[in-house]
Amino acid sequence: MAKASPIAETGISLDAPALEALSGAALGPPRTLWGDAWRRFRKHKLAMIGSILLIFFILTALVGPIVYTTSPAKLNFKIKMQGPSLQHPFGVDDSGRDILARVLFGGRISLSVGMVAMAILIGVGTLVGAVAGFFGGMIDNVLMRITDMFLALPQLPLLLLLTYLFRDPLNKFLEQLGLGPQTGIFILIVGVIGILNWMGTARIVRASFLSLKQKEFVEAATCLGVSRGSIMFRHILPNVLSPIIVSATLAVGEAIILESVLSFLGLGFPPNTPTWGRLLFDGQEFLPLAPHIVIWPGLMIFLTVLSINYMGDGLRDALDPRSRL
Amino acid sequence: MTQYLIRRMLIAIPTLLIISAVIYAILALAPGDPLSGITTNPSITPAMRETIRHSLGLDRPWYVRYFIWITSLAKGDWGFSLAAKVPVAELIRQRLPQTLWVVGLAYLIAITIAIPVGIISAVKQYSLFDQAATTFAFVGQSVPTFFTGLLMILLFSVKLHWFPSIYKSTLQVTDWTSFGQQVQQMIMPVAVLALFQAAAIARFMRSSMLDNLPLDYVRTARAKGLAEQVVLVRHVLTNSMIPIVTLIALGIPGIFAGAIITEQIFRVNGLGELLIRSIQSSDTPVVMTLTFIFACLVVFFNMVADILYGVLDPRIRYS
Repeated sequence: MAKASPIAETGISLDAPALEALSGAALGPPRTLWGDAWRRFRKHKLAMIGSILLIFFILTALVGPIVYTTSPAKLNFKIKMQGPSLQHPFGVDDSGRDILARVLFGGRISLSVGMVAMAILIGVGTLVGAVAGFFGGMIDNVLMRITDMFLALPQLPLLLLLTYLFRDPLNKFLEQLGLGPQTGIFILIVGVIGILNWMGTARIVRASFLSLKQKEFVEAATCLGVSRGSIMFRHILPNVLSPIIVSATLAVGEAIILESVLSFLGLGFPPNTPTWGRLLFDGQEFLPLAPHIVIWPGLMIFLTVLSINYMGDGLRDALDPRSRL
Repeated sequence: MTQYLIRRMLIAIPTLLIISAVIYAILALAPGDPLSGITTNPSITPAMRETIRHSLGLDRPWYVRYFIWITSLAKGDWGFSLAAKVPVAELIRQRLPQTLWVVGLAYLIAITIAIPVGIISAVKQYSLFDQAATTFAFVGQSVPTFFTGLLMILLFSVKLHWFPSIYKSTLQVTDWTSFGQQVQQMIMPVAVLALFQAAAIARFMRSSMLDNLPLDYVRTARAKGLAEQVVLVRHVLTNSMIPIVTLIALGIPGIFAGAIITEQIFRVNGLGELLIRSIQSSDTPVVMTLTFIFACLVVFFNMVADILYGVLDPRIRYS
């Protein structure tokens, strides 16, 4: 169109500098959909703060234990329950173990549980939602009944039950395979959280698939002979990414809280593992004497989940296809 | 309308059956012996062990055992606690009032706070009140209830000595003093639960109102000359309450689950504490019955929420 005959005849070629000169105004950099979303996200101050905080926490969890060399397991009964000091910035617990080190290690565990549980949750939910939404009919019916069934399960009691019953056997089974003692519990907790929480994502994905499968591009793809699997995952799914991303972000927060609830009730990781929930469980009896044992891990859980929630909220507003900024 | 009701109620029954099967399967598949206390006791001979097994029906195939369990639950025979040596129904009867009091009060307070906050927040969007309320809602939902509980104990029990940190379950309310004491010891667990629920409800109330405020019928009502108060309460609020009512119904099983944690912290001897204690002591009959009760709660209130939604929103009924 730019090279329409009248203009081509004059011999002017319409590249960017020429267009600029012609229009008399500067052309900005090209806008993309993701770029637009990023711009909307940046405007959300709290979401930006949340994301920066979250990245900071992830970095400290990864790098912290390497940089801060105090051991989280070293006992020192001489200084037990001392408050924050230069040597132990967060204080020590009832066995003299440095709390900052334990919180850093706990961060690794809690964050990794959160992420992996989220991956399982999103994976199952997206698969179920996509298949149900795309195929419709009987498959949709059956899958939705199954989803309703899972929704009716009492989450916390079952979580407690499953963890308690299968913790030791799974551990022993996996130890035989040569993996570490905590891998069993990690897989169990992550699996159970994932299996009991995928339903929300499934519903969202199904709703999106139901509306998108009527669109013309799907019709066109079918006419071209694209296989159904390809249509589902290469054509429709990328358009459903926005709600999935929001759902995934919030799921990490929920998973972290669930894991800490489990550990707080004594049913999570084994006793000396410093997950944040476990630190609270161990420290609650010393609350009057040494509140710092409980405050630091609790604060970490709170701040991490808060920043995840703010980030998720910002993402939801930024990725909302209805805003036209 | 009745068709909708009947359909909803009929779906609940197979759901319950399947969930009971799931609970049963989990406990049946779990390795470990419900009679482990007896099997490790050296003074019981293998022959005696077999007799005990047989009398408890543990040697019959799993589907028979499941059927017996389900039918006895329906008949009212809820099993016998291995740890406490009393019928499970008795245990539950003892502990139900505490849980109901704490949970019920907490939910009522949460609703009473959250709905007005949500409404004002939506009407005066982006005002200082709205920003404060939204922040409160966010924070309330991000903080795990056990942390709030511990912080409250730290502040109100340890530092200020206003409230006791341990719930005295034997307290009988006979006069105003003991009533005052009961209130004192219930304030913190109720507050913790209420805070969490209020945050969620306030957020939803606000977004529901915000969805309804820009709609055309509100503009028509204002154009007709109705006072803003009337427009808000009689038109916008009634329509915004529809999802909130269902949310409230759906939140009730959630608050029972939240009570599990709160009862642990404040040592309230309710159903949640019973569940944790029985899980830790492998008291299978109690665990099975309690988990099934929680499941029944979830299914029942899901059904109530569905029915309410159908009653309040005619669009759902006829779809």
